[in-house]
Amino acid sequence: MAIKVNSPGLATSVQDLGRPGYYHLGIPISGGMDRFALRAANMLVGNDEGAAVLEAVFLGPELEFTQDAMVAVTGADLPPKVDGDPRATWTSFAIRAGQVLSFEYLKGGARAYIAVSGGIDVPLALGSRSTYTLGALGGFEGRNLLAGDELPVGAAPAAAEGRVVPAELRRMPGSPAELRAMPGLYWHRITEASRRGFFEDTWKVALEADRIGYRFQNGHPLEFVDREPPFGAGSDPSNIVDSCYPYGSIQVPGGTEPIVLHRDAVSGGGYFMIGTVISADMDLIGQLQPHTPTRFVSVDMAAALAARHDRRALLDKIRSALD
Amino acid sequence: MANKQVLSPVPGTFYRKPAPDQPPYKEEGDQVAAGEAIGLVEVMKSFHEIKTDFSGTVAKFLVDNEDPVMAGQPLVEIDG
Repeated sequence: MAIKVNSPGLATSVQDLGRPGYYHLGIPISGGMDRFALRAANMLVGNDEGAAVLEAVFLGPELEFTQDAMVAVTGADLPPKVDGDPRATWTSFAIRAGQVLSFEYLKGGARAYIAVSGGIDVPLALGSRSTYTLGALGGFEGRNLLAGDELPVGAAPAAAEGRVVPAELRRMPGSPAELRAMPGLYWHRITEASRRGFFEDTWKVALEADRIGYRFQNGHPLEFVDREPPFGAGSDPSNIVDSCYPYGSIQVPGGTEPIVLHRDAVSGGGYFMIGTVISADMDLIGQLQPHTPTRFVSVDMAAALAARHDRRALLDKIRSALD
Repeated sequence: MANKQVLSPVPGTFYRKPAPDQPPYKEEGDQVAAGEAIGLVEVMKSFHEIKTDFSGTVAKFLVDNEDPVMAGQPLVEIDG
């Protein structure tokens, strides 16, 4: 035992970089929604970048440590406190046995990543410590944390206190948030006007936004090109013959409210997808609060790969800065 | 007599009623006891009852029914 959960927050779960390789069997990739921040938190405390951390959404937990540890909180601006004394985010700080880590109200972003030196040492499930709550798989007993849980922490040498990710190397969405997306396989299903409108509209994050997917509202409904529904597709114009849903794909049931599938998504179904959010911007979605104005920006494959390269380069800079 | 504020712990949408067909939890001028609910905040497909930590009289609601709220935003003032 090393961390006692006094209060769990809203939906705090153990996450690492995820569980790739089983999506074709319907088991999602899971893992932190903002894996950039997750990696940075681990780097700050001296862990492997893929060590398991706690992902807290909107409301921080209260955690009592029963052993000394180094801690870092990255991602959302959820200011940490040790025995009530404020600590900085994106910065490593020491916590001693018997001390309590708690949090102020959320000031920005949505998900904070709480890394502890040694990592959260829950058993591996299909190669990952990430929690997939719908499948009761991985993490701490396959669920979000509850008051009274006792989390095991691995043994590992901690990094020094006071290590900081410089502000210019942190990555958070702006306002309006901009999500780059590539038009996809079913682009031909909507009219020219709707293709333009989708990228021109300012959408708003809906309340139905979680680890499974993020729903957006307040744009114009999409107009579909007329067709005879193909065999196997439903009668709604937004239906397709069942297909695989990629991570990041944007489905628009009924043509009204786009949903971007995220780490705990279903792997297939019968809704057409207008396109796919590029991998480099999936981290940003994890930091969107409800009601955040959001725009989708159309990019091509070259731009998507360049963005992926830039994101990696930024992580390299953090590694160098902390060496 | 200082007014105390009840803050929303999470971002989301604020509701004055426990359900659309029920009366509001509290009206301005009502008495509240510590631990009593004053409203709901909806986020991530779930509803969170907002309870006050202190007792007194509901002085003023600071947000309207169905308004978007931020974490830490004052929802209601209680005259204790």
